This record gives sequence, C-alpha cells and structure tokens, in this order.
Amino acid sequence: MSAASSPASSPASSRARRRRRLTAFRVVVLAVVGVFFLLPLAALVEFSTRGVGIGAPRTLAPWRELGGRPELVTALQASLELAAVTAVGALVLMVPTLVWVRLRVPRLARVVEFLCLLPLTVPPVAMVVGLAPIYLWVTYLTGDRIQNLAWVYVVAALPFVYRSLDTGLAAIDLRTLVEAARSLGASWPTAIWRVVVPNITTAMLNAGLLTVSLVLGEFTFAELLTYDNLQVVLLQLGLADPGVTVAATAGLLFFVFLLLLALSYVSGRRGPRARPRREGVS
Amino acid sequence: MTTTDEQLGGRPTRGGRRFSLSWLGSVPFLAYVSIFLVLPTGIVVVEAFGDGAGRPTLANLTELGEDYLRSAFVNSLELSLTSSVIGAVIGALLSYAVVTGRPDGLLRRSVTSLCGVFAQFGGVMLAFAFIATVGPEGLLTALLADAGWKTGGAWLFTLDGLTVVYLYFQIPLMVLVFTPALEGLRPQWREATESLGGTTWDYWRHVAGPILLPPFLGSLLLLFANAFSAFATAAALISQGGVIVPLQIRQALTSEVVLGRENVAKALALGMIVVVAVVMALQALLQRRTSRWLRGSTR
Repeated sequence: MSAASSPASSPASSRARRRRRLTAFRVVVLAVVGVFFLLPLAALVEFSTRGVGIGAPRTLAPWRELGGRPELVTALQASLELAAVTAVGALVLMVPTLVWVRLRVPRLARVVEFLCLLPLTVPPVAMVVGLAPIYLWVTYLTGDRIQNLAWVYVVAALPFVYRSLDTGLAAIDLRTLVEAARSLGASWPTAIWRVVVPNITTAMLNAGLLTVSLVLGEFTFAELLTYDNLQVVLLQLGLADPGVTVAATAGLLFFVFLLLLALSYVSGRRGPRARPRREGVS
Repeated sequence: MTTTDEQLGGRPTRGGRRFSLSWLGSVPFLAYVSIFLVLPTGIVVVEAFGDGAGRPTLANLTELGEDYLRSAFVNSLELSLTSSVIGAVIGALLSYAVVTGRPDGLLRRSVTSLCGVFAQFGGVMLAFAFIATVGPEGLLTALLADAGWKTGGAWLFTLDGLTVVYLYFQIPLMVLVFTPALEGLRPQWREATESLGGTTWDYWRHVAGPILLPPFLGSLLLLFANAFSAFATAAALISQGGVIVPLQIRQALTSEVVLGRENVAKALALGMIVVVAVVMALQALLQRRTSRWLRGSTR
C-alpha cells in the first residue's frame, strides 16, 4: 500500500502493476484473517466430537447428551423467554415514545437519543454495581424470578432498538400518516398500532432480532445479579463437562449466526446499507 | 389495542394545542430510563464518595491508589490499548481489502454480515471457542505439539491470551465502523493526484491519509472503550482473581468476607465510567471532524 511506484513508468503499466499488487494484498489479508476467524469455530466442532481417551474414534455423544441436561434445558428456556419478553417490552416502550416525540415534542428528541445511546457508554459491569440495590427492590416487589432480568435487558437493548426504529421512522412520512389516521377518527393507540406499525415492520423485526441475539449472549448482568441464564449455566457446566458445553456452545452459536444472518437479509432488503455508524460496546 | 379516543392525547392534532402537556407522552420512557439507567449510574457516582453509613468520604477513591487496584487499572488500560491498536490496524487492512472488491460482490456482502455477527460475539461462548483452539486441550495446541512446539496452552489465561481473544470481536467492530470512511474516499481524488504527477505514496501521504486519520483514530477510541468495558470474556477465561478492573469489581461484589467492599466496587465502577466517558467524548469530537470531509459521500 505504501510502496512508491517510480514516476518514470507509463501510467498504464503502473496501473496494471498496482492492480496486481492490490490483488496480492487482498488475498493475503483475507486468508490470514480468515484463518484467525475460522479456526476457533472449527475447533469448537472438533472438540465437541472428540472421543474419550487417546485414539478414540469421533463421537457425537456430547451432542446427544445436550437434551439430557435439565439445568441446560431450563436455562435455555429461561433465556428464550427473557429474549421474547425483552424484545416485546423494548418495542412496546420505544415505538410509541419515538412516534410521540417525533410528532409532538421534537425538542425532546436530542434528550431521548442521548438517553438511548447512554448504555453504550456505561460499562455493564459498572452499571451492575448501581443496579444491585435497585434489584433488591425489584425482587422485593415481584419475587426472585429470573424474568426480572428483562428490566435491565430492555435498557441494554436501547441503543440497537433506538437506531433501527429511528431509521425506520425517518424513512416513512410519519406526520402525514398519523394525521390522516387521526383525522379519520383513530385514537393515538389505534393510529400507532394500525398505521405506523405496519409501515415499520422491517425496522421492528430488525430491532427484535438484535435484541434476541443480545439477550441470548448476555452474561454480565445475569452473573453479577446472580441469576442463572443460559450463559451463566454454560460457564458452570463448562467446568464440569467440557465436551457437552462445547457442543452446546457450537449449537447455540450456529443458532445465533442464523438469526443474525437472517437479520442482515432483513435489513439488506431495504436498499443499500443503513448500517449504524457506531456499534455496541459489548 | 383499539381503545377509546380519550387515551393519551386524544385531542385533534391541530388546533387547541395545550403545548405544555404534550411532554406527558414521553413520561413512561423517561421514568423507565430514570429507574434502570440514570439511577444506577447515579448510585455509583454518589456512593463512590460515601462510606457504608452514608457519610461522605474519599476513602474509597484513595483505596484505588492501592497497589493491587492500581495494577488492575494499568492492566486494563494496557489490554484495551494493545487490543484496540492491533484490532484497528488489522481491521482497517481487512476493510480496505473488502472495499476494493466489487461493491455488490458476494465477498463484500458476506464479510460485512459476518463482521456484524462476530462483533457481537463475546463472552462465554468466545472463551470456549478459544479454549477449544489454543487451550491446554485445544486443537491448535495439539497440532503444534505434534509439530514439536509445546505451548502448554496456559498463556491463554494471561493478559496476552486475553488480548488475542479480544481481537476476535475488535477486528470485526473496526471493519463495521471504519468501512464507511473508506467508502467515502472518492476515486476522483486518486485520479486528481495522478494527473498532477503524484505517486501512490503521495496519494496516501497527502490525500487519503489525512482524510482517514480522524475516522481511524475515532474508531480506535471506540475499540478502546469496547475492550475496556468488556467483562464476560475475561470472566469466563479467568475464574479467580482480579487481573483487570472488571474482574476486581466482580471480586468486590461477590466477596462476603470483607465488609465495605461494595464501596470499593463503586469506586472502581466510577473509575471505569470516567475512563469510558472521556474516551467516548474524544471519539465524538473526532467524529465531528470526520463528517466534514466524508459526509454525503458514504454511499
């Protein structure tokens, strides 16, 4: 990239040489980075099919054992439930708020944006320190259930939900739609539910899938608030039974991959690239 | 969902606007965010300056000067710096390799979506993937041992190991945030350089370099904050002790033995928030500088 070509050579030949050099550069970079990223994935598969003992044949035993681990199944159920509750909760909270702010209180728009992006700046492990006393109250009011985690997961999902809904709402003529609905006698909830929502389904799906993948991979809040979600149980299990855990990891990872690839198709359908400029702080 | 007209602001959009009340519609959001985002952050900030009984004190913050906590901060900064610099450089090279391909090509599409996946992929699963690769029983460890190079696999659980593991989400994040800047470079600029007799080196030194520097540094800062706040991956790899600040917080939160540790946790958390806030503020400044040249051209 930085090598200087001699100015004496003709433009055509120097361009051809540059093209060759560029191709070589691309191949090398893609190959090296590709190995770095694919090797751990291959290792997951290899590790989870390893037999016990030296020279033992390949086995699928750890994969078959997955269903026979009650704690893993329970945690998976809990995390899936959390994912659904969080996704729905975040959308129910944010869709009306963003519509309302856009139409009625635009001067709050900056504040809402700031608050929604704030979770990117506060490290979860720092926030959990301040959340612990609040969760004492939550537990006191609603009982000690793992579903309580959804409260904070909605906050963790805010940046993603905000960005994708904001893009979605900016792409439609919101004011006209809502005013038309309202002048035909629709209440605000009706206008949002039957007019706005059908127009931003892609954005909502996008936000929902991102939230689901976030919740399925979440560890920090659950671990430090002492709830047994999927990741926490995976880690506990990993100390006792590496084979099964690695199989579970590979399976889960594959599932999340599919989810996020589906997502990239969903968001890719709407024309060229509406990617967020700043990604999450994990 | 089709409730009556008297719900939330059930008055005509035009006419008779009692403007002062319209902010009520945002109350649920503001209340929610206050309880679960602003309040916890506030608790950390305020109680970092208090003793257990609510009296103001600086004792928690002076505790941060203790050797074991100071070294945790130094380690955290070092880990974040190394992994963000390496991640930014490799990520920038990768995104250049991708951007120079066909815009609608399969490679470009798949690398972009895979980066979206990998940038999110941290924590326990990532830790297991690396344990299966370069851990004591790992695939690569075994292959290298066959080739006569015994690594033992224990290095994975040190700071160096963490740095390598962090690259797995740092590089993709860099690709995601830096690609738009590269896409903003217009081919005309290069042609202009050439028609003025400039070489490739001149182009990178005087045109592309200066334009890309602010977005590169901005992305670097974002990666730094990302690594600095990461907890799950480190927690899964290192089950005991507090090499880096997040692990010290875990220790302070979970230790039942010594009383008053929660306040040290708050001081540590405050330290993290301050570091990340400063980094992100700088990042926002650079972002503003970036948009001067590259806005509108990112297509």
